[in-house]
Amino acid sequence: MTYIGIIITFVFINNFILTQFLGLCPFIGVSKNVDSAVGMGFAVTFVMSIASLTTWAIYRWLLVPLNLGFLQTITFILVIAALVQLVEMVIQKISPPLYKALGIYLPLITTNCAVLGIALIAVRSNYNALESFVAGFAAGLGFLLAIMLMSTIREKLDSEWVPRPFRGTPIAFITGGLMALAFMAFDKALLRNLIG
Amino acid sequence: MIREFTKGLFKENPIFVIALGLCPALAVSTQVVNALGMGAGVIFVLLGSNIFVSLLKNFIPEKVRIPAYIVIIASFVTIVDLVMQAYSPSLSSSLGVFVQLIVVNCVILGRAEAFANQNTLGNSVLDALGMGIGFTLGLVLISLIREVFGAGTITIFAFGSFDGVIEIPGLSESPARVIGLATGALLVMGYLKGLFNWMEAKRAGERGNSASDGAGGSAA
Repeated sequence: MTYIGIIITFVFINNFILTQFLGLCPFIGVSKNVDSAVGMGFAVTFVMSIASLTTWAIYRWLLVPLNLGFLQTITFILVIAALVQLVEMVIQKISPPLYKALGIYLPLITTNCAVLGIALIAVRSNYNALESFVAGFAAGLGFLLAIMLMSTIREKLDSEWVPRPFRGTPIAFITGGLMALAFMAFDKALLRNLIG
Repeated sequence: MIREFTKGLFKENPIFVIALGLCPALAVSTQVVNALGMGAGVIFVLLGSNIFVSLLKNFIPEKVRIPAYIVIIASFVTIVDLVMQAYSPSLSSSLGVFVQLIVVNCVILGRAEAFANQNTLGNSVLDALGMGIGFTLGLVLISLIREVFGAGTITIFAFGSFDGVIEIPGLSESPARVIGLATGALLVMGYLKGLFNWMEAKRAGERGNSASDGAGGSAA
């Protein structure tokens, strides 16, 4: 599969939020305004790209040679937690304004199932190093796209009348459902038509 | 004491009231059998992690408690993953990557952080059972709606000559397939949550309280 194919697959066809339900908690929780949603989207994209590459290297060069495949889950989650800490410290050092903007969202990324999800999926799909990185980046972009669209819709919804029991998260789920319906238009046939 | 058990079932139901652990709840709720399998896995991990966190609460330094909890949880998830692969390969393959993703299920880390590290072993066990069963009930409810309307069947465990699939006459010929797809999962979840908010507001109103805003419950 070409790299463009991987990108289209993870951004549109297998969009992590809208078709796989990975990263649903921040999608509902952090989509109340556009600025924080976009900040979260970029932070997640960044962590996912690096995490998928790092976990690939650890799996291929450490766990497989030592025959420790069963430690996959524990190793991956620890690597991701450490990585998020590292990213937090690096951003704090080189760009205090960005750190301030992302501050509260960074630690939350550890428990975002999209990050562990892409690490596990990349290993299951037998991707090579570059394919893992591209898949992580593309899945992050898909997350960014979905959470950005959602936050713009929710900002508009704030000024609309919604029946009382549906205010807040229920209407967000229903909005997400309708977005998922739109994303059903992207399927494997589209990929075949685009890149043959 | 018994309230530690029952609160997870309805009043603090992890899925509908405190909105935790949503990713697996929606992803695996295409068939009832998947929901039951996932629920069993979550109950086991929750029980194990609550017991260990409760026992070790005086030994784990405050600063590294979250990584310590994650290691405990990940160990139990690995056990579930390997046992499921060995004894129920079909369930394991249909749940796929979501078995390993129990690690990042916020219900489990949430209970370790919010309950087990401050409470006794007995209460932590009851809390784990209540929350786990509450989570499973929520999953089964979503999957029942999605499978009945989306496929016109109810799939449970196969035993003897029974293949585990119950067909519902009238629905299995022309089901509303969209309910079984990603769209349906989010819509069903939204409407169920709205229903729970409405019931909660109605109960609060009957108690004579001023009607609370139904928009409560934030996803974390």
